[in-house]
Amino acid sequence: MPGDKRLSVAPVVGPDDPRRFTDAGIEVKPVYTQTDLPKGLADDLGAPGVFPFTRGVHGEMYRKQHWTIRQYAGYASAKESNERYRYLLNQGSTGLSMAFDLPTQLGLDSDDPRCLGEVGRTGVAIDSIEDMRMAFDGIPLDQVSTSMTINAPASVLLLLYELVGEEQGVPASELRGTVQNDILKEYIARGNFIYPPMAAMRLTTDLFSYCRETIPKWNTISISGYHFREKGCSAVQEVAFTLADGIAYVQAAIDAGLKVDEFAPRLAFFFNGHNNVFQEVAKFRAARRMWARIMHDRFGARDERSLKLRFHTQTGGVTLTAQQPENNIVRVALQGFAAVCGGTQSLHTNGFDEALALPTESAAKLAVRTQQILAYESGVADTVDPFAGSYFVEALTDEIETRASELIAKVDELGGAVAAIDFVRGEIEESAYGYHERYRTEQDIVVGVNRFVEDGVEVPEIMRVDPAAERDQVTRLKAFKQSRDQDLVVDRLTMVRAAARGNANLLPVLRRALEDRCTIGEVCGAMRAVFGSYKAAG
Amino acid sequence: MSLAGSEQTRVLIAKPGLDGHDRGAKVVVRALRDAGMDVVYTGLHQTPEEIVEAVVEEAAQVVGLSILSGAHMTLVPRILELIREQSLDDVLVVVGGTIPTEDIPELRRLGVGRVFTPGASTEAIVEFIRGALA
Repeated sequence: MPGDKRLSVAPVVGPDDPRRFTDAGIEVKPVYTQTDLPKGLADDLGAPGVFPFTRGVHGEMYRKQHWTIRQYAGYASAKESNERYRYLLNQGSTGLSMAFDLPTQLGLDSDDPRCLGEVGRTGVAIDSIEDMRMAFDGIPLDQVSTSMTINAPASVLLLLYELVGEEQGVPASELRGTVQNDILKEYIARGNFIYPPMAAMRLTTDLFSYCRETIPKWNTISISGYHFREKGCSAVQEVAFTLADGIAYVQAAIDAGLKVDEFAPRLAFFFNGHNNVFQEVAKFRAARRMWARIMHDRFGARDERSLKLRFHTQTGGVTLTAQQPENNIVRVALQGFAAVCGGTQSLHTNGFDEALALPTESAAKLAVRTQQILAYESGVADTVDPFAGSYFVEALTDEIETRASELIAKVDELGGAVAAIDFVRGEIEESAYGYHERYRTEQDIVVGVNRFVEDGVEVPEIMRVDPAAERDQVTRLKAFKQSRDQDLVVDRLTMVRAAARGNANLLPVLRRALEDRCTIGEVCGAMRAVFGSYKAAG
Repeated sequence: MSLAGSEQTRVLIAKPGLDGHDRGAKVVVRALRDAGMDVVYTGLHQTPEEIVEAVVEEAAQVVGLSILSGAHMTLVPRILELIREQSLDDVLVVVGGTIPTEDIPELRRLGVGRVFTPGASTEAIVEFIRGALA
């Protein structure tokens, strides 16, 4: 270990070393006392709902409003997904979260040869306005908030949602929801990119600007650390790299001519709910405090809403084990507990069978019930920021802030998050290998995998997507393409290419193309023809 | 292989299809390199054709396919078919990812040497490759 350099990942010291480290390399002491409380704690904490928001973005938190139970779902076709959404709403979900299949996330139509076998697998297949209409059939868009995990083609999906809302008679000003729209983490960790970074950043800020004028209640981005953690980073890296991306988006929007307080209130965040309960609680608290200071000091934001880090949490998919899958029910409950103790605004709890496949309906229901038990039985919703003042959690919060700030300074040094994509990816991959080494050496224990292993545990029944769904989707898409005014489509796509070459906001032109029945693959393909494609480093 | 020990085992790790998850693939790449093998990683979003071309180009003895998207029953058979068309029957094909247990017998029948599912140790992967090529 280098002498005085603070770590952001745990060292590999083997199982016999008596020291205990969090995944971020923070050495945990056997006992914490009053002397471990950070100096200046009162100022660092503030009151709940007050700068720097360490204790939460609202004064009363869950006493006033529970967190949103928002379960990520979608598979096969729009029709099947629509049924799952209605089921989740009937079971007490209070917001929708739309999962798209990989072709949709990569801006490809279902009939593209590259999509063979991929249609409807990881989420719902959306090719056109017709699919979007079917996905929300019977779900009044003025009464739900919808989160869409869509990035490279975020504007396209948002515009389809707006068009469906219009058909339902819901004005755009009443639509509520979020598009993930966080392209930087796609290059770094998640892999669903289309265009090179500069063009993608332009689309991101065009969406900010469009929403400010047209869909003002929409969260224009969900700046995501979730996928970094899934890829193997530590809690400190999750905070640092997420906020560094946040800084890059804010800077890009300012550079595009927006004023910080015009768009910053609609920025949202997305974090992972990982295993170490105390470190996770501290992570959320530290992230909130850091963002408030970054927005205030670095960007001069003055609207209080610009300073508040509001976030969604999903429990850590990567912590789920395929071995003894029922153990995951317990992991998910602990992770969800940490997220709400950390003041999350919405929560997705994973199905216990998700190391094996998409969740079955009953696993998805159990995940919702887990949140309801947290909300109504555990007492966690009764008081704000219940860990405040804990010697241990306050010390951890401070430590995470210090270490993550150093890492952000490193990204700054490299020229910011866009320039530092390869650095961040490398750091995360190094951390992932450390995770693997710690498991391999049994420094870290995973119950049922490297300790307490059992043979012959029954595999639960898993969800299977009917392969016929792909054929049906392709058939419907072909019929859709035959039923439209082809000259109009050609004309609209020419307009998209022209707009991509220019500087004006792209969204109004995309909207016309989608309204006149261009498909997602066609619209994204037209932009790709101008912007080119991003090639990932190996 | 008679030359085992005196010549590095050549491995291609590939990500077929549209799946963007490569944490596992990259950990495996590194573990195989640590075990002394010569490993090439294709990067994301490779078509079956591109992968088999890479197998030829790299003269790989082993190809490891990492799939977590659920598209394995389409992509793996297609890759095996192309491998046979190229008369690369000696190439050992290994699959890793979220593969439901019930799909494993069919993948094995089609010619996959072994399927490693979540939680598999890298030691087991190294050992299997060494054993299969011995």
